[in-house]
Amino acid sequence: MLRYALKRLISLLVSLSVASVVIFAVIEVAPGDPASFMLGVNAQEDTLAALRSELGLDGSKMQRYFNWVGGMLVGDFGTSYTYRTPVSQMIADRMWVSLPLALYALMLSTLIAFPAGIYAAARRGKPGDLAVMGATQLGIAVPNFWFAMMLVLIFAINLRWFNAGGFVGWGEGVLPGLHSLTLPAVALALPQAAILARVMRSALLDILSEDFMRTARAKGLSRRQALWRHGVRNALIPVLTIIGLQFSFLLAGSIIIEQVFYLPGLGRLVFQAISARDLIVVESVVMLLVFAVITVNFLVDLAYAAVDPRLRSRS
Amino acid sequence: MSRNLILGAFLSSLVVLAALISFVWTPYDYAALDIPNKLQPPNVQHWFGTDHFGRDIFSMIMVGARTSIAVALVAVGIGMVLGVPLGLTAAARKGSWLDEVIMRGNDLVFAFPSLVIAILITAVFGAGAINAIIAIGIFNIPVFARITRGAALSLWEREFILAARVSGKGAARISAEHILPNVANLLIVQGTIQFSLGILAEAGLSYVGLGAQPPTPSWGRMLADAQTMVSFAPHLALIPGLAIIVTVLGLNLLGDGLRDWLDPRIRVARA
Amino acid sequence: MSLLQIENLSLTIHGALILKQVNLTIDPGQIVAVTGESGSGKSMTALAVMQLPPNGAEMDGTIRLGGQDLLTRSEVEMCALRGASIGMVFQEPMTALNPVKTIGDQVMETILIHKAMTLTPARARAEEVLTRVGLPSDRFPLSRYPHELSGGQRQRVVIAMAIALRPKLLIADEPTTALDVTTQAQILDLLKGLVREYDMGLLMITHDLAVVADMADQITVMRQGEVVESGPTRHLLHNMQHPYTRMLFEASGHQVTLPEPAQSHPLLEVNQVVRDYRLPRKGLLDAPRHHRAVDGVSFTLNRGERLGLVGESGCGKSTLTKAILGLEEVQSGQILLDGQPVFTGHKPNLAVRKKMQVVFQDPYGSFNPRHRVARLITEPFHLLETPPTGSERQDRIAEMLVAVGLGPDDAGKYIHEFSGGQRQRIAIARALIIRPELILFDEAVSALDVSVRAQILDLLAELCEAYDLTYLFISHDLSVVHTITDRVLVMQSGRIVEQGETDQVFTTPKHPYTQTLIAAAPRLPELGKVPA
Repeated sequence: MLRYALKRLISLLVSLSVASVVIFAVIEVAPGDPASFMLGVNAQEDTLAALRSELGLDGSKMQRYFNWVGGMLVGDFGTSYTYRTPVSQMIADRMWVSLPLALYALMLSTLIAFPAGIYAAARRGKPGDLAVMGATQLGIAVPNFWFAMMLVLIFAINLRWFNAGGFVGWGEGVLPGLHSLTLPAVALALPQAAILARVMRSALLDILSEDFMRTARAKGLSRRQALWRHGVRNALIPVLTIIGLQFSFLLAGSIIIEQVFYLPGLGRLVFQAISARDLIVVESVVMLLVFAVITVNFLVDLAYAAVDPRLRSRS
Repeated sequence: MSRNLILGAFLSSLVVLAALISFVWTPYDYAALDIPNKLQPPNVQHWFGTDHFGRDIFSMIMVGARTSIAVALVAVGIGMVLGVPLGLTAAARKGSWLDEVIMRGNDLVFAFPSLVIAILITAVFGAGAINAIIAIGIFNIPVFARITRGAALSLWEREFILAARVSGKGAARISAEHILPNVANLLIVQGTIQFSLGILAEAGLSYVGLGAQPPTPSWGRMLADAQTMVSFAPHLALIPGLAIIVTVLGLNLLGDGLRDWLDPRIRVARA
Repeated sequence: MSLLQIENLSLTIHGALILKQVNLTIDPGQIVAVTGESGSGKSMTALAVMQLPPNGAEMDGTIRLGGQDLLTRSEVEMCALRGASIGMVFQEPMTALNPVKTIGDQVMETILIHKAMTLTPARARAEEVLTRVGLPSDRFPLSRYPHELSGGQRQRVVIAMAIALRPKLLIADEPTTALDVTTQAQILDLLKGLVREYDMGLLMITHDLAVVADMADQITVMRQGEVVESGPTRHLLHNMQHPYTRMLFEASGHQVTLPEPAQSHPLLEVNQVVRDYRLPRKGLLDAPRHHRAVDGVSFTLNRGERLGLVGESGCGKSTLTKAILGLEEVQSGQILLDGQPVFTGHKPNLAVRKKMQVVFQDPYGSFNPRHRVARLITEPFHLLETPPTGSERQDRIAEMLVAVGLGPDDAGKYIHEFSGGQRQRIAIARALIIRPELILFDEAVSALDVSVRAQILDLLAELCEAYDLTYLFISHDLSVVHTITDRVLVMQSGRIVEQGETDQVFTTPKHPYTQTLIAAAPRLPELGKVPA
């Protein structure tokens, strides 16, 4: 088990290093000099040079890469070109919106998808199954940001159960915070839940045709008992993969959903940064997103081993 | 032929037809402003109503279909043209350093959701339809590589491949002659699914301003424009949204129907 | 009163008639074998008794267990009977156990699901039955997972699950078909012992007539959903009434006569061949580990000779086959065909490859489903510098198809249009079409029904006459190897432990392993000579 975890950890570190090189290289290709962009066309050459060295832009590429990575390791993401404030501070503020939103949505999606998928698999071919499958087919086709707009139209503008946008902040307490994230989380979660429910259903159906399910029935388990005791845990193996992938979609999706609800999250930050050509912010936010995705997939790998004893002892 | 297949083919061809017809005919010029007639709800003159500049929404939806289909189709093309050979190669050289490099590369790309790729590209090169295509296309590469490799690996275990090897055929020839034809169905089905995902991704990118730029109409940007007016002109948001849903639903049904029709055993990755 | 009494059982699946008026009785302590070829409905009969038939099945007739008719039981009542009154053992031990649960949990589940005991006595019972089936808890603790056990050990766990509550009736559906002969013998002994000890009835489904003859008190022979003949084993073996029964027994022990081998100078020379597989390292800093699949194997195959290679699964015979075909490189030693190495540098030697062809086991997996027969059997032409074209090609295809007992018209068909036996004929046609010097038969008749197998063996004997074949016949089936080869190699754990004239090795084996192997193989009684 330890060996397996260690192997995954090493592959996590390799992925992170390569990803950081790729992101750095892409941003390096960007035309223009941030210093002259910030100071305007009439800036003096020595002021420019001073700013460049302040921003850490004067070293060799190699040096700058290691400065960037080294800084990130100790929580220093550099200084924003436009706001002249530490990027880490800006990200930390926004992160408390985006990350809870993505996790909230992941939780909702799982809570909806598992029962729906299991229900549909247990009633394969019956009206209940067909209804769930029809609903998920529709759910997959709905763009989450459009769904979000419809939710706003119905629950905020007409019914006034929620605010149409904005975030009250966690300072008001956990519940008001969650309340203002509920519509965005639902908008994000439902289309993903539709996918996850289908995966759960088909994984279970695959398992149902396995020999050991017949063995379980021969022992005297009812169809339902066999499904719960032997089916669900085996079906988790493919489902976990999808949950891992979904997190990255939810994180990316939350960037878009933030636009619908005017949430002060990473999405807003990154779009502002793009229009202001504040590349250091873009670079850091992208790295952070990629870090989150890779880390979640690492956790999924560990979860695999918890579910599947064959992985634990393979090495 | 299942109901799925027929309904899916019908809906998809409806959208494709609308896009094709828009090259020669639209009810109105999609870009013509008509301020006096702005924000009309759907009526006899303007079937889908007009937007805040009085532009005919039906015409914009037709032309927007063009943008969506073009972006998604080219992105699927990029994914297939690059991903399938990578997957075939990885499977043919299973366990070698080449396989390892290809699969690690895939994992790496998977860590960059297409929106993140789009953000990076836009930050550097600016927004536009081409960049949206590249962003979605890059993300499609590992999807196709992975599914091709998976299917090819199980084929390589089959005895008819051993028989071909005994007949002196090399890995490249076997991949082309035996593996590719046997994964083609799977690729067609997966292609349909990625096509529908591409439509969704393009809409999302356009919505946040990273996709096609004005004056090219796109469904995602129509939704972005509609956002502030949704309380008094809901049709502005409803109609492009329904256009997206019909297209994606049609393609998904088509994919599922094709899968059942071509080969009920093949498995599709959906994420 | 009988333990199990099946009367006029008919079964349809989505309207298709699968079982027709089946009758069968089992008494306590009795072993009843149901035998027949694929499609005979023997497994379906077992599933019908369990009331676990496939979806869309409808049944008619009566199945009485201890007097009560199972067909009228509700699903809830059946759940109470399954596992408690009827236990079942399946064919595939590798997949019959849940991979994510421990063997202890799975055996205990039988006990707990029927609320027969509380947790602690259930655990004690699980240990007891696992010990009884040969998995003592000091060596096989309850916390083991299925993947940590071999196939034979897993089958023991499945049996333990089935007998944990001492059912009155045990159903075993091809319980040893997936196992090696030595393991098979142990499992059969175990089943026999359990029947005597618990006074159970055993319904044994098997295609293997030798197993049937060895084990059963009663035999029921089925064909296409119908019982063609049944009776006490000795009596039935002594005077078979139905021609199908007679055909089945004759085909099982089918013998062919090979022509005398012509010349005797070496064609294939295998010299001290070693093939290692790398295993994953135990720790990051440990040296890489190896599994030696083939360990210093040497033998010579003369031109015109028919050589057998026998051994149990994992003995290295498949690896050796791949090495001879030049599909995998060996670590040391040399394989020469006609004096030329099969591997030169790190590449297979194509000049040698064209002198060899192979016929595989699986008649369903060895053809590309998208190509027509003409293209399938001409694939080896790829090895020739100037492959025949036009009418010459057509003639070769037609000649080969006729030689293997098919027609020239079959060239235009797809593979799914043929039965398993016909596919194996096509595989032989593909191997023969470039007139190779050597053909490898890799378990080539193992997946076939006995009657089809007999026909293919006849075909091989004919082809030996017509084409002077030289072949290496790899198989786990001793009776087939016995009749179809002149000389035999016995392989164990990567080594050849014995070789010699086939007849001599089989009648007077010298190596202890060969002796075990031959003793373990169930033998078909010679027809008409069974003492009544």
